[in-house]
Amino acid sequence: MAAPHFLVHEKADSVGVIVVEGVEAKSTLSGWLMETDGNIRVKSIDAIPLGHKVALKNIKKGDTITKYGHDIGKAIADIAKGGHVHVHNVKTKRW
Amino acid sequence: MAKAAKKVKKAARSVPAGSVQVPKLVEDMEFIQPTPRGTKLKGRGKPSFWGYRRENGRVGVRNHVVILPLDDLANAACEAVGHNIKGTLAIPHPYGRLQFGADLELHFDTLIGTGSNPNVAAVIVIGIESGWTQRVVDGIAKTGKPVAGFSIEQNGDHKVIAAASKQAKEFVHWATELRREEASVDELWVSVKCGESDTTSGLASNPTVGNFIDKMDAWGATTCFGETSEITGAEMVCASRGATKAVGDKFLKTFNAYMDEVIEPHKTSDLSDSQPTKGNIEGGLTTIEEKAFGNLEKIGKKAKYIDVLEPAEAPGKGPGLYFMDTSSAAAECVTLQAAAGFVVHLFPTGQGNVVGNPIEPVIKLTANPRTVRTMSEHIDYDCSGIMRREMNLDQAGDGLIDMCIRTCNGRNTAAEALGHRQFVLTKLYRSA
Repeated sequence: MAAPHFLVHEKADSVGVIVVEGVEAKSTLSGWLMETDGNIRVKSIDAIPLGHKVALKNIKKGDTITKYGHDIGKAIADIAKGGHVHVHNVKTKRW
Repeated sequence: MAKAAKKVKKAARSVPAGSVQVPKLVEDMEFIQPTPRGTKLKGRGKPSFWGYRRENGRVGVRNHVVILPLDDLANAACEAVGHNIKGTLAIPHPYGRLQFGADLELHFDTLIGTGSNPNVAAVIVIGIESGWTQRVVDGIAKTGKPVAGFSIEQNGDHKVIAAASKQAKEFVHWATELRREEASVDELWVSVKCGESDTTSGLASNPTVGNFIDKMDAWGATTCFGETSEITGAEMVCASRGATKAVGDKFLKTFNAYMDEVIEPHKTSDLSDSQPTKGNIEGGLTTIEEKAFGNLEKIGKKAKYIDVLEPAEAPGKGPGLYFMDTSSAAAECVTLQAAAGFVVHLFPTGQGNVVGNPIEPVIKLTANPRTVRTMSEHIDYDCSGIMRREMNLDQAGDGLIDMCIRTCNGRNTAAEALGHRQFVLTKLYRSA
């Protein structure tokens, strides 16, 4: 099986994690959904570094970001599917 | 000898036959990696390891003669003894003067616990004066191991260094004659803590440790996780992993006390600049909650913690998983776990934390392929194959068990070979 470009912990997650270096915008990325051992695809709209997150669906400002099946913070800007998800558009709800 | 042709017993070849070329340029060097000896475990049953059984029954995996300063003022003398007598290990630190209350108690608990750790064969304690030095000597002596103390006032460094060196030499002669014996993993105490985490930690290296913990827990090992601040956002999930509701409540009480007594009074804005760290953010972690859920992957899916420990407190409820109230700073946490008696440490890293501990070997693992490539000298176990779907968590966990047993049997870790000996005492508040 070809090595995936990104991994997703659980089905409910709204983000995946890029696990290869050098992902450019407009790349078709193949992903491994670990919970179900399934395959998923998404087209990147940004360059995304290794370890950083990609949006698996369109996310609106204020929406909860889900990873590990849990709430890990909220979007502070709209994020389109395939976009780079990080500190510029997501913040903890705690602090 | 009458029979000249007596058969010589030879070990299996560790390297291919023939000698290697001396390279003109070191860049052209092909490095030799001898085949590890006797490291194959028989099947996947409960493993055993070869350790040093101490006077109190505990089993260590190292055999240090430690030169332990009571305080900052004794560091120079301790280091001089460490230089004089080969095979000893001085572990300097910056504290021990004018501490009081709970902070002083933690200082004593950490020093006494460090000296009492079964990885330590014998101890020399040196302090500026004899009163507190005696307290540390008495604490370590309860284990039954050889321990001697020296104080500097009215003697001076020269005389103390001479006398302590003489005593240390006797301890080295004695300790180096001790032999390893086989022990079951139900006598092994393993601590875990991650550092410079990134998203690969939560995806693969922390779950690999979790797989290890689940298996070790079933075999009756004693294990420990900590990092109170890095559970923020996942504290309710962590509370649900207590073996009983009472233990889960004890965890929440500890967690809330940390929030109320440490974070609230001292924060200037929020913790966004410290948690996640700059390294975490570089590695793709966005929020403390994301980091916390990744962190919790280290305790596996099945194991439940049976008690909540104070910093440096030794587990008292028998084999099982324990939570310890610690800082999430790598060296502070590992120092406290070593002081509680843990003898080998698993340290998953993402971006490449290089921490080590003087007495407790720290095994580094990573799943980040870039860290494997750029910082290979720090990595003992590469589980980046999970990211490529080349291995599953069960296989990765088994591989980590093998590396842990090999380390217990004597394999030096990357941190040991590179001389990482961060001995960092936790200070609760400033001295008087």
